[in-house]
Amino acid sequence: MQTTFTGKPVNRVDGPVKVTGRAQYAAEFSTGQTLHGVIISSTVARGRITGIDESAAMQVKGVVTIFSHKNIPTLAWLNFSYWDLAAPPGKHFRYFQTDEIYFSQQPVAIVIAETFEIARHAAALVHITYETLPAETDVYASLHKARKPKGSRIGIKKPKSRGNFSKAFAASAVTVKAEYRHGAEHHNPMETMASTVIYQDGGKLVIYDKTQGVFNSQQYIRGIFNLKFKNIKVVSPYVGGAFGVALRPQYQLFAAVLAALQLKRSVKISLTRQQMFSLGHRPAIVQQLALGASADGLLQAISHTAIQETSRFEDYVQAVVNWSGMLYNCAHVQMDYKLVPLDINSPADMRAPGAASGVFALECAMDELAYQLSIDPLQLRLINYAEKDGVSGKAYSSKALKACYLQGADKFGWQQRNPLPRSVKKGNKLVGMGMATGIWDALSIPVRAKAVLNAQGKLTVTSATADIGTGTYTIMSQIAAETLGLPLDDVTFQLGDTDFPLAFVQGGSYTAASVGAAVQKVCLEIKQDVFKLAKRIKNSPFKQCSLNDVVFSDGYIQLAGNRSTSLSLASVMQQSKTDRLKNTATALPNALQQMRYALNTHSAVFVEVEVDEDFGTIKVTRVVSAVAAGRILNPKTARSQVMGGVVWGISMALQEESVTDHHYGRYINHSFAEYHIPVNADISNIEIIFVEEQDDIVNPLGVKGVGEIGVVGVAAAVVNAIYHATGKRIRQLPVTLDKLL
Amino acid sequence: MEVAVTKFSFTKATDANDAVLKASSLTNAAFIAGGTNLVDLMKENVARPGALVDINQLPLHTITETEEGGLMIGALVTNAATAYNPLVEKHYPLLSKAILAGASPQLRNMATAGGNLLQRTRCYYFYDTATACNKRNPGSGCPAINGFNRMHAILGASEACIAVHPSDMCIALAALNARIHVLGTGGTRTIGFNGFHRLPAETPEAENNLQPGELITAIELPAEDFSSHYQYIKVRDRSSYAFALVSVAVALQMDGNIIKEARLALGGVAHKPWRNPVVEEHLRNQQISAPLLQDAAEMMLAGARGYGHNNFKIELAKRVIIRAINEAAGIL
Ligand SMILES: Cc1cc2nc3c(=O)[nH]c(=O)nc-3n(C[C@H](O)[C@H](O)[C@H](O)COP(=O)(O)OP(=O)(O)OC[C@H]3O[C@@H](n4cnc5c(N)ncnc54)[C@H](O)[C@@H]3O)c2cc1C
Ligand code: SF4
Repeated sequence: MQTTFTGKPVNRVDGPVKVTGRAQYAAEFSTGQTLHGVIISSTVARGRITGIDESAAMQVKGVVTIFSHKNIPTLAWLNFSYWDLAAPPGKHFRYFQTDEIYFSQQPVAIVIAETFEIARHAAALVHITYETLPAETDVYASLHKARKPKGSRIGIKKPKSRGNFSKAFAASAVTVKAEYRHGAEHHNPMETMASTVIYQDGGKLVIYDKTQGVFNSQQYIRGIFNLKFKNIKVVSPYVGGAFGVALRPQYQLFAAVLAALQLKRSVKISLTRQQMFSLGHRPAIVQQLALGASADGLLQAISHTAIQETSRFEDYVQAVVNWSGMLYNCAHVQMDYKLVPLDINSPADMRAPGAASGVFALECAMDELAYQLSIDPLQLRLINYAEKDGVSGKAYSSKALKACYLQGADKFGWQQRNPLPRSVKKGNKLVGMGMATGIWDALSIPVRAKAVLNAQGKLTVTSATADIGTGTYTIMSQIAAETLGLPLDDVTFQLGDTDFPLAFVQGGSYTAASVGAAVQKVCLEIKQDVFKLAKRIKNSPFKQCSLNDVVFSDGYIQLAGNRSTSLSLASVMQQSKTDRLKNTATALPNALQQMRYALNTHSAVFVEVEVDEDFGTIKVTRVVSAVAAGRILNPKTARSQVMGGVVWGISMALQEESVTDHHYGRYINHSFAEYHIPVNADISNIEIIFVEEQDDIVNPLGVKGVGEIGVVGVAAAVVNAIYHATGKRIRQLPVTLDKLL
Repeated sequence: MEVAVTKFSFTKATDANDAVLKASSLTNAAFIAGGTNLVDLMKENVARPGALVDINQLPLHTITETEEGGLMIGALVTNAATAYNPLVEKHYPLLSKAILAGASPQLRNMATAGGNLLQRTRCYYFYDTATACNKRNPGSGCPAINGFNRMHAILGASEACIAVHPSDMCIALAALNARIHVLGTGGTRTIGFNGFHRLPAETPEAENNLQPGELITAIELPAEDFSSHYQYIKVRDRSSYAFALVSVAVALQMDGNIIKEARLALGGVAHKPWRNPVVEEHLRNQQISAPLLQDAAEMMLAGARGYGHNNFKIELAKRVIIRAINEAAGIL
């Protein structure tokens, strides 16, 4: 299909405002008299607050008040009022409403003052005493307490086993059994959580919140504080990264709204970097994999068990083991997923939740199996290639994974690889190559969008979605410009405002597809509307034409056969004396059609590492990631997404871990100096290939989303490359140098 | 509590004597130079100075040659300016290399020579006021000993504290036998590098032998030639912007493949840069060989002890020593 904008590497439309500092983030909004709040966090992991002495703090000039469980008003009673769109099942936490401590860094008090500095100073003077109880924070020490998850969560399927694993495994010629572990990770976007609540006359709140979904913040606040929807406007135009941490409304929002309502003043609160480690995280997981294959490499049996930590109050669930039932052809698959409740905060979705963990274990086990069989790891994947989703039995709407394998391998030079571990040396460095597969969902959800065309022929499209750095502004502008044949400059896309039409939280890589479909649909309606007007104006050249006879291009309606016969959209509007044309549309996924297919993105990742033989230091020198994600709306923003994902994968493999001191039950490396993520010098060449994948089923745009697939499989590919380099199989992430000494 | 900066006064010193006077008369005073360590610690409520004495306008910003042919580095010369100074690059390239292995360009542009000497440990517990720590709060205990001690000491630690000095620059300065010039109310004095930092013993809160109110004015490098055979190797958890797990500074004088003179200092392993004169003596006038270096490495690590998470440092340190000496000697 010939396009003008979609599929083109259009620069970010929000780039200029971001690099010039004009883009305003949640903590940057203000009115003249905004109060500042600082949150005090619990120093113990389990126990009870026995006293809060505010006297010294209250004497500081400029301190307005201090909120804690001692003085907060009675709020909503029902558990459901504390629910939010991304909440796992359980008893949702009621901040500042109890003297009990459920996790370290639990927020326990809010100091409100005229300036941030005063609030911070006063917070240091508040003296809190605790009765400390022994806390359990070590998932490895509590594996025997694992149990089935309670309740269910929208979008998370319970794993479904098939066949008879034990029998098939026992009969397999070659088997692998191994346990894989990784610790907790925190999202840590550059922008920390922040909310500015502007208190307006009559008690209306305008809330600038760092969120992945303004409606989620709105409904959360409404339920807890018993407010009217019309009195809560939530705005979030720019988000400085989120990765899932801003899916759920966080406690700074709760605290700022509480203070604003109580004091009838505007209040701003943001969290410190250290406090970012008090929020939901990618949970620590222990996974057991058992694979059985015939001597020629056909998978006979797969067993995948995951035991994962959760909090005492919610059963956070994600799809960890499910992928093992999908990725390969295998008749006998057993999957089990259990939770261990600990004295920690509830985990939360973090970029490619579940898959980042589960596929890591599966793809490492596949590598181990390949060596057992003496079959090339890529070849083993091809031998067991699945045309259908083994769990549902459905065909894929599209699956270009084979092309990912072949194009990725070709670009990477996989064929030149000497299969023997420890076979390549460069000075002090051992060189290795590894690969893995990635898989993620290609979801769509219902979304609304509104479009307004003005008398100058300029279009504004709105939807309450978010742009967490992913490029939503840009690709939606492209889709709108494409559909209506407008220059990109004549299109404005706006998001992140509860006054805009409904959109769900941004996550799960469904924004491009879902919001994109709504934007396309509403622009098509505007197209029809404006064409109707064009036909009606005096001496219209289109009187006898239908929409099929014309093209919309560069701001004009042109006769398809004779492009010089044309009318600009602006002149149509003006000649028909129309001030503005507006329309709203809801894009509903074609559920009936989609139900018959499995909808997924896939990838193949190839990694080269160099390992210093004496020091154990590891450098990822090359990555090729070949991705099949349907139609790519913007290769530039999509490439950035996948590249970021690959860096995340390298980080997970080699560096990232929130380390708990189990004596204190507390994450102890809670700063950017000690919670390591890669620096530029850690990252070398990353090549990304988008494999062509035509898909008319997944959604009208043929788009699958690329926000998460880039992460999946990378950690396994790195670990597999380390094995190839050194002959050492490391099964616990991150692979720090001490593990290789 | 985790979020805090307590109230403090802020004054600018007019000259070195004024700085010393202010620091010794104001209650709980601290000098502030680049602020890259002190301000962080204030934000974490670990450092709570009552008064900040800003020394940035003092005339301590230059590097000059001494009469003996060494160098005098003013206490306020930034780490970046030191590393890229032509005299330092020419005569003390080991120092440049060590400095550039530390922190990030932004930090090195702010950090000063004096501040680098006095930077505090990066021990996780020291930084988190929710935990005990003998260094921050004497007598409260040392949770690192039985806790997460990946970055901690394997040499010279005590029952009270197993923290390490995090500096890269100081490891090179130790190997180069630098001298610290200080000014106090009683006048000036000079401290040999080995006598500057302390081991934790029973008083980990005391990290060096400066008297209260004493100002570092300069770091002197003696006139010795280690510009041909030197190496600084830093092993860390990522390629940049991370503190050393183990680092080794080596400075040699060679005659063919005979070591005429050897200096060897380890970083990331103790509460101060770690040197051992016996090992340096052992290397002197010896022909370089694998067994000799293995011996030296074993001797350097004699008495080393791990605390669980940091056990790996013992073997790692030996390997780094061997490679660093080989590379310094030019045997690759
Ligand atoms: C994230 C991060 C990473 C880092 N990584 C490294 C690394 O890898 N390697 C490394 O070596 N360093 C590293 N650093 C530390 C950095 O080198 C030090 O913070 C810096 O050298 C301190 O210098 P400053 O001038 O900023 O000191 P300040 O913060 O101003 O002062 C530090 C201390 O020294 C005292 N002081 C300063 N000047 C004098 C003086 N003239 N006389 C007496 N007392 C004085 C102050 O009172 C204070 O107690 C890192 C720092 C950060 C924040
Ligand atoms: S090692 Fe030293 S600095 Fe760390 S907790 Fe123990 S006493 Fe404190």
